Parts: sequence; structure tokens; C-alpha cells
Amino acid sequence: MTDAALPTDKAAFRLGLETRLKKRYAQERRFRLYGQLAIVFALGFLALLVGRIGLQGYSTFIDYEVTQTIYVDPAKVDAADIGGANFDLLVADQMLAKLGEKDDEFGEASGKMMDIISNDFGFQLLKMIKADPSLIGKRVTLTGPVKADAALYYKGELKRSTPQDERKLDDRQLAWLDKMQASGAVTKGFNLGFLTKSDSTEPEQAGVLGAVVGSAMMLLVTAVLAVPIGVLAATYLEEFAPKTRWTDLIEVNINNLAAVPSIVYGLLGLAVFINWLHVPRSSPLVGGLVLALMALPTVIIATRSALKAVPPSIREAALGVGASRTQTVFHHVLPLAMPGVMTGAILSLAHALGETAPLLMIGMISFVPGVPEGFTGAATVLPVQVFIWENASERAFHERTAAAILVLLAFMIVMNLAAILLRRRFERRW
Amino acid sequence: MLTWIALLALFLFSGATYAFGRRKAQALAATGKAGALHSLPGYHGSYVALWAGLPAALIVLAAAMFGARLEVAVLRAESPAAVSALTPQGQDVFFDDARAMAHGAQASETVYDGDLKSALEAKAAQAKFLEQLIQYGALAAGVVVGLAGLAIAYPRISPSFRARNRVEGWIAVLFIACAVVAILTTVGIVASLVWESWRFFQSVAPLDFLFGTDWDPQIAMRSDQYASKGAFGAVPLFAGTFLIMLIAMMVAAPIGLYSAIYLSEYAKPLTRAVVKPLLEILAGVPTVVYGFFAALTVGPIFREAFNGLGRLLIGGPLDSLGLYLSQVQNQMALVAGAVMGIMLIPFVSSLSDDIMNAVPQSLRDGSLAMGATRSETVKLVVLPAALPGIMAALLLAVSRAIGETMIVTMAAGLQAKTTLNPLDTVTTVTVQIVTLLTGDQEFDSPKTLSAFGLGLTLFVVTFILNVIALRIVQKYREQYD
Repeated sequence: MTDAALPTDKAAFRLGLETRLKKRYAQERRFRLYGQLAIVFALGFLALLVGRIGLQGYSTFIDYEVTQTIYVDPAKVDAADIGGANFDLLVADQMLAKLGEKDDEFGEASGKMMDIISNDFGFQLLKMIKADPSLIGKRVTLTGPVKADAALYYKGELKRSTPQDERKLDDRQLAWLDKMQASGAVTKGFNLGFLTKSDSTEPEQAGVLGAVVGSAMMLLVTAVLAVPIGVLAATYLEEFAPKTRWTDLIEVNINNLAAVPSIVYGLLGLAVFINWLHVPRSSPLVGGLVLALMALPTVIIATRSALKAVPPSIREAALGVGASRTQTVFHHVLPLAMPGVMTGAILSLAHALGETAPLLMIGMISFVPGVPEGFTGAATVLPVQVFIWENASERAFHERTAAAILVLLAFMIVMNLAAILLRRRFERRW
Repeated sequence: MLTWIALLALFLFSGATYAFGRRKAQALAATGKAGALHSLPGYHGSYVALWAGLPAALIVLAAAMFGARLEVAVLRAESPAAVSALTPQGQDVFFDDARAMAHGAQASETVYDGDLKSALEAKAAQAKFLEQLIQYGALAAGVVVGLAGLAIAYPRISPSFRARNRVEGWIAVLFIACAVVAILTTVGIVASLVWESWRFFQSVAPLDFLFGTDWDPQIAMRSDQYASKGAFGAVPLFAGTFLIMLIAMMVAAPIGLYSAIYLSEYAKPLTRAVVKPLLEILAGVPTVVYGFFAALTVGPIFREAFNGLGRLLIGGPLDSLGLYLSQVQNQMALVAGAVMGIMLIPFVSSLSDDIMNAVPQSLRDGSLAMGATRSETVKLVVLPAALPGIMAALLLAVSRAIGETMIVTMAAGLQAKTTLNPLDTVTTVTVQIVTLLTGDQEFDSPKTLSAFGLGLTLFVVTFILNVIALRIVQKYREQYD
């Protein structure tokens, strides 16, 4: 049968039907495409974010070090006043001598040399001679990083093609750097210092150790407070509390607390913990307290849903053989709900780890050069370190910021992975 | 440090009393006839341990928490005339320095001389004394209370003693105390915000704050200088917050919704298993990372694009627009809004995904059986059924966009402008809170207090949004099955 055989009005009807169907199918395909595009966009952004930060940050882990034998000249280092000697100048002069350069009377060349090698050399020398004054008059071999700008040159980010006025290092310094590299004094290696040193004003000496330790201490305070209190509060609300207006109010309240902007918790911490209770500013203790209050509602919500998932038959069985309600909860319900509780706790702690804004409110933005001394001492944490370095004007700090973000992301991924594994491992069907 | 040692010692002491109590109960059980003990020996032990450890621990903790406050109050109670003559801020610094001197911490850079110097030394000595008095006093009280607890509880152990019920009573108190913390947090937030804002509104009228169009919180050093009072009209901040929120939602709402629709209606289980965790990673990335990315990558890209477009337009009929575009800077509302929108995608998509999954399959089957395509089913059946939940999810996303701090701080600039131009730099409520409260030490000027006024506004707005979202879900949730 062909279309022509049909009465014309039917054919027209059918034609209309088909065009409409085509339209509807096209619409269907478009709709589906939008969905795919949305997902591709979101994942593409994720890839761009991680890739870009990885590209910006990986070079931090490459380090250029100079090894140099230094003659500790007794004429320049006084044994009676070791701290008074200018070790930076001493090192710079001998580096220049090795390159066959002579310093002029204004010390211009040594000043330029000090701009390309880290003053870490000076610190090392000072430390060594203080520990062993007999080194004066002898030769010592030192290894230290080049300054951040010089490292940028070696990494190819500071280019010779840029006009001299617009770059940090002039032609003469670049020539020295080339010579040093050619002589084999410069070695390229893994920058362990970034992981074992703390913040510094010199980019090449700045590391994340202080921030990592600070983050860990603060997270410990948060975990010790938020997890037990949250779990017990949730257990009370779910298992013991009578369903009254009050408990309804508490429930609404907790849901609301979970959505309060984090910066408001910072204001709370500032007003209550610092101005009222005089807890030391910028300490892991006060940071942990603020983050604990912030994590608490999430822990409570997660625990409640884990408890809800435990079937009533478990409780009834326990009660039926004569256990008290407390025994039922602690011996049967809570252990069964534990995987869900742990997952929720880890996820909320991971969130707390990445939080920055409330910590800025409680003074955690100060420059802290060492590893925190205790829970009440000044400390900095990873996300705040990222924020501080991002604001630093020196370009070398930008790659360090990205590297610190990589460390932070590694932490987050480990925590999230732990939560996922925990969920998988203990997944249970009732 | 001392507090930690004291708590550890208390813990050990309490553990030891547990063993004693338990042993006594066991001995009683062994001598009497079997089963005569009302509670298991462990409960008797726990009962003794609770009495011996808990009250003492509370005393030590209270001293650690409120000791510093007590110390400051006593220090301030009688100050020499030279100190009273200082400004309130000066007094704050003075007493902070006295305390810092007392426990060898770093003092401020203020130089004291004459009377003040001797007063500082006297106060430092007093602070040291007070600190030790509080610490050792609390320690002594802890020891006494711990022993007293042991003396009360230990003799009570007997076969008929209902130790289990007593221990469970303690546990119930602990439970309620934990639940109260959540309430106290809210009370603390509201009280601190209201209290500090009230002090702020004493110097700035609330109406000027809410409807004023001029934001310039810089207070001049001398009272006769220009703009000596600063201007605290928050409308430009509200406008900036609203603009960035709008941009963020224009990115997050369609992309989040479409990905949720695709994931819940179209995706194969395998795709879903891969894509969902990946989207969750996007949700777990700290906001400071988004801020860094916005400031150093997205900002320059957008600027380049607009500048390039502007250069193309210069000389043509749209010359003035071209000139404007060619001078756009890195920091603009569009960058912060777009990146924030991307941050919110997983938030919108996972919430909507859950809600759409909750729509029963029978509704879809019915629609498909009538000959509707999948997209028609989604648009005409699933979305209407899930609409209240989706509205609530979008409202929650709005409240997060309003409260988000770091991205805007790092990418949108600081200039307070009332504008709807997404290429302009704007500032938001959260950014101003951060700038007002970082680095500044004095807490009595309207400048720092205004941060609390902003915080209160922020809290009230997000609170209302959250309540509306909760109400929508409760009221319009359709119960299928």
C-alpha cells in the first residue's frame, strides 16, 4: 500500500503526524544532548581545574641546588662574634671568585650574586660555625637552593627574550647562572624542602610543613569535639527523645545550622571564643573549636540517617531478651550504624579541612614561620596558607600556591577515599 | 599543658577506681549466692569511676575555659590611674601585653614608659600569680572532688544497688548535654551577632545601614578630617551580592539540572557510577582552590577575551563599547559568579538527582506507555512531580551563593559599587566582613562592629531562605506509594 492510494486528507494527516514525530524525536535528541553537554561541561571544568593547578604547581617539586666549597676566612669571621659576620657576602664573594669575576668597590657584583643564590647558605654556615667554631679557617662544602627568580630562569619561565628592564634578573646574572650550570655546580633534584620546611618570606625556602602540622592539630581538635558530641546528640534525638515540639524545634534548628554560611561561624568564634573567653587567637585550639561547631550539624544529620537505616527488629530483639534501652543502643544499634556514622564524620571533617573563611576571622592569617608549638600557640593551616601565598606579590609564590593546593587536594582525596572505602566495605542490606 | 596532664591523671585515676569498684562487686557476687547482684560488676565499676572522674574533670575543664576570662576580669578590677587614663583600645592592648609578659608570649609593639611601665610589670606579676592560682586552685579542687566522689560512690556498692540504672541516668544526662550544644550554637550565633550589631547600631542608624547607598567604612584618624565618621550604607554590598548570586545561579541551575536529568533518566548504570563520584569531587574541592583558579586562570582568560572583542569593535559603530571592553580588568563580578556557579553544580545536581529518583517509576511507565518520548516524560511528568524538591534545592544553592566568601574575596575586587554590570568589580557582604576583620585589632570602632551588622543581615537572609526551602519540602512533598 502506498500513500498515494490513501484519500488525500488522510495522507495529509499522516504527513503532519510524521513531521510532528520527527520534530518530537529531534527535540528528544536535543534534550538528551543538553544533558550530555552539561555533564561534559562540569567534568571538563574539573579536568581543567586539576590539570591547570597541576601544571602550575608541579614545577615547585623540582629544585635547583648549588654545591659550593666555601673557605671560611678568619679575616672575615670573628670567632668572638660569629653572629656579626656577613655570611651571605662571604658566600657570594667566593661564588663570584669561582666564576672568575671580581667585585667592584661598591659591592655591586656581590649584591647581584646574593640575588641569585638563597640566603639559606648564610644560615647554614652560621649554624655550622656556631656548632663547631674550629671550622673557621677551613673549607666547608655547602649545598643550597638558588633564589626563586633564578629557579624560574632554569625552569624556562623567566625568559632571556624579555627586555632586561622587565625581568627580575639582568643579563649579567643570567650569564652567571649559565656558567654555573655549565660548570656542573648546579644540580636538579626533587624539592624535599617544600614538604619539610615551614613558611618563609623567601619563596625558595618556603614549605608547607607548618601548615600541614597546623591543619592536623586543628582537625584533631575538631574531630575530638564534633564526632562524639554529634554522634551522642544524634543518638539521643533518634533513639531516646520523645517526639515533642521541642525535639521538632531542635531538628529544624540543626537543619538550619547545616546551611548557615561558614563566615558566620567565624564571627561567632571571634565574639565568643576570642573576645569573651580569651582563647588565644590564631591557635589550633580556637580554629578547631570553630570548625567543630561548623561540622557538628553535618555529623548529627549523617548519624541520624545511619541510625534510621538500622531496622527496628534489631532493637526489638535486644529489648525482648531484657536489655535496657541504653544497652540496646550501645551494644546493638550504634555498632551496626557505625560505618554510616564514620562515613559522615570523615566527609564533614574533610569539609572542615578545606574551610578558610571562618579561620580568617579568628586571626589565622598571620605569618607563622615555624611548626606550631602547641594547641594554644600561633599556627597556620593549609587553606589559609594557600590564601596568604596567593596574595604574595612574588611570582615564585604562585607556583608554590598551586603546589600547596596539590598537597591540600591530596589530603582531601585520601579522606574522601577512606569514606568511600568504608562505605563499600561495610555496606549492608537488611 | 597542665590541664592536659591533669585530665590524663584524672582519666587514669578514674580507670583505677573502675577496677576497684568492679573487683568489689565481683567479690560480693562470689560470696553471696549467684545472681544476687542487681547489676553486672562492670556497671558498679563504671558508677564509681563516673563519680570519681566526671565532676573533677568538669572543674578542670571549666577552669581551662573560663580561667582566662576570670583572670582578665580580676586584672581589670583595679587599675592604676595611668592605665585608666588610656583609651579603651589602649587598655585592651595594655592588659593583653601584661598577660603576654606573664606567660612569656610575644607582646605588641607598644612602648610603655614611666608609670605605665611599672604598672605593666605589676600587672604582669599579678597575672602570673592569678594564672597559677586558677590553675593550681582548679587542680586542688579537682583532687578533692575526685576523692569525695570516690568516697561517696564506693561504699554504695552492694548486691541490691541498682548501679546500671544509675549509670544509665548519667548517660542520659550526657546525651541531653550533647543535644543542647547544637541549641547553644544557635543561641551563641544569634546572641553574639545581635549584641555586637546592637553596639554598631548605636552609632549608625539601622535605616541608614539598610538603605544607605554609600559604603566607605574608612574612619579618619582625627575627628575633624573629611569623612570622619565613615559611611555605612550597605546597599552597594547587597547589590554586589545579588549580582554575583544571579550569575552563579544562571550557571549552576541549568547545568546542574540538566546533568541531574541526564544522570537519573538517561545514563547507563556504568556512566552513572563513574560520573557521580567525579561530580562529588567537584563538590569536595575547597573554596579557596576555586578562588585561586578564578583569580589566576579564569580572570585573565575572560579579560583577554573581552579585551580582544573590544579591540575588534573599536572604530566601528560600537566604538564606545569597544573602548570599554578593551579596558576590562581581571577582577569582575562575572568571573567570581561563573566560578561560584560551577562550584554549585554538584550541589544542585545531587540534590535534584535524589529528588527525581524518588519519583516512582510507575509515573514514568504510564507516560511512556501513552507514547510520550523520554524528554516529554521528564518535562511533563517527572519535573512537575519533583518541582517542590527542586525549588528547595535551588533555594539552598542561592543561600550558599550568598554566603560564599573565598571565591569572591579572591576574584571580584573590593570596590563598593551599585551596579548590574557583570564586567565591573563589585564587592559582597562576605568580602566586606573579611576585609573589615582581618588585621584590625580594635573592637570598639563602628568599622569593625559593622562586620557584625553585615553578619547579622547575612544570617537573617540565609536563615529565611533555608526556612522557606524546608517549608516547601514539607508542604508540597507528594507522597507516592
